[in-house]
Amino acid sequence: MSAPTRSAAAAPATAAMAGRTDAGRNPVRRLLGMVRAHVGRLMLAASASVIAELAAIGLMGTAAWLIARASEQPPLAALSLAIVAVRGFALARGLFRYGERLASHDAALRALATMRARVYEALVPLAPSGVSAYRSSDLLSRMVADVEAVQDFVVRVLIPALTAAVVGTVAVVFGVVVLPGAGAVLALGMLVAGIVVPALAAAANRRAARQLAPARAELAARNVDVLHGSADLAVFGASAEALAAADDAGRELARIERRATAATAGAGALAMLVQGGTAVGVTAVALGAAASGQLAPVMVPVLALVTLVSFEPIVSLVPAVRHFEESRAAAARVLSVLDAPPPVAEPRAPLPAPARDATIDVRGLSVRYTAGRAPALDGVDVRLTPGNRIAVVGVSGSGKSTLLAALMRFVEPDAGSILVDGHPAGEYSSDDVRALVTGVTQDAHLFHTSIRENLWLADPGATDERLRDTLASVRLLEWVDGLPRGLDTVVGESGAQLSGGQRQRLVLARALLADPAVLVLDEPTEGLDETTADDVLADVLTQTRGRSVLLITHRLAGLAEFDEVIVLDAGRIAQRGRHDSLVRVPGPYRDLWWARSPDHPADHEH
Amino acid sequence: MDVVDVPASDRHEIGGVLLNALARRLLASLPSAPIVCAALAALAATSAVLIISQAEVLAEILATGVRDQPAVGALSGPLVMLGGILAARAALSWAGQIVAQRAAAAVKSRLRREALAHAQQLGPGWLSGQHSGGITTTLGRGLDALDPYFTGYVPQLFNAAVVPLAVVTYLLTTDLASALIICLTLPLIPVFGVLVGLQTRRATSRQWQALERLGGRFLDLVAGLPTLRAFGRARAQARAVRDAADEHRRATMRTLRVAFLSALVLELVATLSVALVAVPVGLRLLGGELDLRTALVVLLLAPEAYFPLRSLGAQFHASTEGLEVAQRVFGVLDQAPTPLAARPAPLIMNTNGPDRSIGVHDQRSGAGWVIELDEVSVHYPGRETPALDRASLTLAPGERVALVGPSGAGKSTLLGVVLGLVRPDSGRVLVSTPDGPAELYGPAELPTVDPEQWREQLAWVPQRPHLFARTVADNIRLGCPSASDADVERAAALAHADGFIDELPRRYETQLGERGVGLSAGQRQRIALARAFVRDAPLLVLDEPTAGLDAGSESVVVAAAERLMAGRTVLVVAHRPAMVTGADRVLRLEHGYMIDGPGPGSAQPAVMH
Repeated sequence: MSAPTRSAAAAPATAAMAGRTDAGRNPVRRLLGMVRAHVGRLMLAASASVIAELAAIGLMGTAAWLIARASEQPPLAALSLAIVAVRGFALARGLFRYGERLASHDAALRALATMRARVYEALVPLAPSGVSAYRSSDLLSRMVADVEAVQDFVVRVLIPALTAAVVGTVAVVFGVVVLPGAGAVLALGMLVAGIVVPALAAAANRRAARQLAPARAELAARNVDVLHGSADLAVFGASAEALAAADDAGRELARIERRATAATAGAGALAMLVQGGTAVGVTAVALGAAASGQLAPVMVPVLALVTLVSFEPIVSLVPAVRHFEESRAAAARVLSVLDAPPPVAEPRAPLPAPARDATIDVRGLSVRYTAGRAPALDGVDVRLTPGNRIAVVGVSGSGKSTLLAALMRFVEPDAGSILVDGHPAGEYSSDDVRALVTGVTQDAHLFHTSIRENLWLADPGATDERLRDTLASVRLLEWVDGLPRGLDTVVGESGAQLSGGQRQRLVLARALLADPAVLVLDEPTEGLDETTADDVLADVLTQTRGRSVLLITHRLAGLAEFDEVIVLDAGRIAQRGRHDSLVRVPGPYRDLWWARSPDHPADHEH
Repeated sequence: MDVVDVPASDRHEIGGVLLNALARRLLASLPSAPIVCAALAALAATSAVLIISQAEVLAEILATGVRDQPAVGALSGPLVMLGGILAARAALSWAGQIVAQRAAAAVKSRLRREALAHAQQLGPGWLSGQHSGGITTTLGRGLDALDPYFTGYVPQLFNAAVVPLAVVTYLLTTDLASALIICLTLPLIPVFGVLVGLQTRRATSRQWQALERLGGRFLDLVAGLPTLRAFGRARAQARAVRDAADEHRRATMRTLRVAFLSALVLELVATLSVALVAVPVGLRLLGGELDLRTALVVLLLAPEAYFPLRSLGAQFHASTEGLEVAQRVFGVLDQAPTPLAARPAPLIMNTNGPDRSIGVHDQRSGAGWVIELDEVSVHYPGRETPALDRASLTLAPGERVALVGPSGAGKSTLLGVVLGLVRPDSGRVLVSTPDGPAELYGPAELPTVDPEQWREQLAWVPQRPHLFARTVADNIRLGCPSASDADVERAAALAHADGFIDELPRRYETQLGERGVGLSAGQRQRIALARAFVRDAPLLVLDEPTAGLDAGSESVVVAAAERLMAGRTVLVVAHRPAMVTGADRVLRLEHGYMIDGPGPGSAQPAVMH
């Protein structure tokens, strides 16, 4: 399982979420709660694990008895049972170990399935703004790795801990039955190695993590400086210094790591020391008992070897501590995301879904993401009536996408209102509002499945004829027909098998297929080169003639066709009107227009 | 308790020849590799000696106890010795961990250092083509995946080589029969390991891809949640998450049932061999052919012979991820750099680099700098059309030239050439020195300028300046490391940055977040302008300094940039009319071609009637 290192890798990067960490809640208890559904499987795995360990103890114990007894030269019959037992234990050890591996991984994967379903369900009302901390795919895959850490928790923490507890108890009971004094020594040793040493290891781990975190963050920052700032550094002649700073940070991290290892490796050695000490102690007690006739001499080697072998699951608790700490941190990170309040509250008794020809009236809309910061949207009025095409332009950060998020009920306004058919949007179920206002959203995702299924998302079960018509309207049909598997072609991860133009056209086809009352197009040509972007946009405009459209863009091509152009600047409406009149007056729109074709001032006049 | 891998979604096959080459290269990256190897070998040898002594002493104690039942006091010597040996083994394991961890830390920091230096040498052009977040992660926590390789696998390799051999050799001298059984069964572990491994690999390799896809389904659905919500399909897909996870589990279990077979076989070989040794030993004891002490030694040592080989496989599994990371790092190191100046020669100048005091203008205009681009073409690998196509440009001293054109026309590439960051594929770049022209790039025999020295003559304000995770003052001082606090504050004031800096919690000593997190785009741009002010270089290169700024920030940045450009030789890529006002010439680039734009004055925003 590669999860441990991957989940560990998430620590510094999720600092963005750390602010939301609810330190008061116990993540381990909640993790156990999620795992509890599979208690039967867990018990099966733990039982197999216990039997495998007991078989290992039985193998050495019986073998020791067999040899010790044989030295007393009894009749062969006295040994036959032991001979069978030795072979049986040897076989059982391997077989149950195999069974334990299968059962524990099965339980872990079941727990993972539960966890994934829960996390998914919890994320639904949070997306997209509530999970904005996971906007980058890097952080998203880290969260997925954190979810996967539940496997580690089951296989490397839960089952080993249960095994150690049961095997330790059985060994102690055996010891007490054979010789109470030896049993007491064994119990003491196991308590120290199984509880005190892991606690020390946990403390050492936590201390190391505390010291390592800032050193790691420093190193990451220096690495980013060298890699991301390489041009700035080169131009200002500071490359060598930045490299040296990164090197220093690396050295400092290595120094702390070395210190940390001394402590954590120390815990492992300490457990071995306790194991050895207990073995010597038990042997001494057994020798004494044998000398005084309280114990059959053949039982001396049995007790000694049982002690040594039964410590194995106890000693392996020390590495489990690290996995425990890592799973706990991973669970805390995941839970902190899940605990975030949904950005938009659903009404208790929603109004019936609004009519398709509803007018959407936005009045004095303000949205503020962070208290104390400037609002992302500040007093915006927009009126969307059937058949109207509106474009919203502005630089990034001007509030374009926030306006859209508010219209799609992904964020709750701080002030102002969105009236759908005369009623506040919040009185409808947010899904009903989105059924009215949807289309190409920012970062529209293509799923790693067939073209058909990606399209079906917008219109489940649409006929091939309808799919083909839509694809034809975005000029993709020829390409799809040319594919060996046609509509069943699987688009790669995030549509990686497609070119940028094909990808955007497919996203557009999906939006057209949804056929919402107001078709939203958030930067539909994002990431395309100039020529392709113009082509795609021209197709969009042709396809949407005569229907309600809300186009969000920072490119100004084709805006002459729109009924209204709204220019946003720092969250406020800086200008609004038709393209023709906007280019006639000095202002941000004309400046943006100039940037598009600076040396053709004549173009500005129509 | 060793845990065998669940197939990870990002796992690739590493094996055979590649593995050997990789392992050798990793070892070569280990500074003082011979010392570490010697230490690990010594530790393994000592541990073998301790294992054998422990068996001897323990067998002695137990045999005496069974035979004679003496008082504990009579055995106190051997008991103390046993305790000592066990303590020594614990200490040895501790020392082994430390040596291994040190080796891991040394390899990690060496690989990190080399990869960073190499990436820097490859230059911003190469880095921009990479997913730089990926490299940062690889060189950060990614390298930690090497820990299991060095702390687990490598030490175990030495143990596996030394301990079984030592145990068998010792047993040969104590009990030949048992030693022979071990000798015969021991090779079964690697043999079965390879046989079963090959068999299972054939059976499982077909399933990896399906497993990867199923495992990635969750990520795909979570990443697409906004889209699912936009189409009202999010709730309906909850079922798909569960189904995919269940199918993933079933498919994984099908694979694991086969994959764990190899572990089962090895386990059985080891345990059954112990039984195979113990039972005949018991029977021979019964017949009086063997003494109890030897029998116990055999019983204690037999498992020790199998253990290192058995755990080697598990340790290897745990270290495959580290090997993948190493491969990625070596991939960076194997990129061949393209040196910008093949023959760097000193740049001869009559000034000693940029003037370090602010506001002294006379030297700049008098420095007589001329930049000449002669038919320069740049072709980025993997792109069909050249980014720059035979572009020519002459920049006279004190002249202000604005470059305009649609995005992707090659404006930033042209700046990169002037800055010596982008290597042209053909053409010449000449920069004048007071002693005549020198080539920054070109085929001629003229003395070539070292780009680093050339860059001392210029300041740069990029589109998205990189701010370092250091103090505000440090960030400004990048322009001139020797600048005094007063210089820095003056530069900030000239850049209109003093206002917001004064409001920061520790003013100029405020620590900025990674990449300047916490500052707005306009504030970052003003810090970049302050950098250029403090540098006070005669040549100034600006790349759309107002791109993406809101109207308020734009006007402040324009005012500061205007002040910065005054009296300097300027090449500015303009995205807004404000940056073109006041240019002596406006040049237009389109598809990499230089199209001479309208003359001076016509760059004003279109005047409407």
